[in-house]
Amino acid sequence: MSITQNMINAMVNNKIQFVTTVPCKQLSGIIELLEHDERILHVPSNKEDEGMGLCTGAYMGGKRPCIIMQNTAIGVTINTLVTLIQYYSIPLPILISYRGEVGEKVQCQVEMAVHTKALLEQLKIPTYHFHEPKDADEFDGILNHTFMAKKPIAILTDANFWSSIS
Amino acid sequence: MRRVDIIEAIIPVISDELVVSNIGLPSQELHMLDDQPTNFYMLGTMGLASSIGLGLALSQKETVIAIDGDGSILTNLGTLPTIANNVADNFILLIIDNGTYGSTGDQPTYASGKTSLARVAEACGCENVIECKASETKDILETAIKSKKMTIIVSKCESGNIPVPVIDIDPAVIRYRFMKEVEARN
Repeated sequence: MSITQNMINAMVNNKIQFVTTVPCKQLSGIIELLEHDERILHVPSNKEDEGMGLCTGAYMGGKRPCIIMQNTAIGVTINTLVTLIQYYSIPLPILISYRGEVGEKVQCQVEMAVHTKALLEQLKIPTYHFHEPKDADEFDGILNHTFMAKKPIAILTDANFWSSIS
Repeated sequence: MRRVDIIEAIIPVISDELVVSNIGLPSQELHMLDDQPTNFYMLGTMGLASSIGLGLALSQKETVIAIDGDGSILTNLGTLPTIANNVADNFILLIIDNGTYGSTGDQPTYASGKTSLARVAEACGCENVIECKASETKDILETAIKSKKMTIIVSKCESGNIPVPVIDIDPAVIRYRFMKEVEARN
């Protein structure tokens, strides 16, 4: 079974039933699998802060949420992370395509990459970084930890990770 | 009628329903007039009441009413295509359109100019879009709840605010008591 499918199974294992996404090239595989997985309701968002609103509603309605987005969206969502997700103690796994790292072909992506970990640190968002395929073994435990902690938790997935497993 | 008058008028209809209310004065007015565990007050994050309401409606069976404003809808205009394409027949979006950013001093929004939010919602693919006068809001909302069809109501009203106290309930408490109520009803 593929590592991407294992990651979706880990979501289901952790009772995640609602996933919203804003696409990224690196995430196309996992988004396609999600779209066809009947165990999870996939509601695409137009913008990531909107997605975090949807996730908040889903959580309050009894469905555990997850958002999948690109690291550029950290810039879009800082206010929402602070005044909604953290302020109301909403557990939210944020699976992030970590663009702009080694292997990146688009120069502009590097501009947000250099700020990504610093911003997450400033926001006190626990952050994990998947670089090698084996790093995904932790995904199940990270998701479990997120819902225990009732916090947003970031999982950065870089170009090396996705190219190694595809 | 101003926004506060609409909120006061619809309280008999919404008091026992799950309500997600918009940041600033709309939440403060609802809190002052009819504080309930079934009310989820936005204390921050402009524009997301409709998204939270949709996520909630898609995740459980009870009726959800999101009370939003024209300014907040314009801030998160991407919400309308998402609503249109993910139909939840237990969801009602009530946009109280007073044509201004009321909480910040009544600066005009583009909804007071050339932009019709009802037509925007229709163009985004929303079905059951109703624009009404403030005085009609209560009856239209009541009919929409009974219809069990996802409905977008744009209620046109006058701008203007009254003094209201701030909401002195911790956000985690607002969230916790709301979730307990949702759980008990599902």
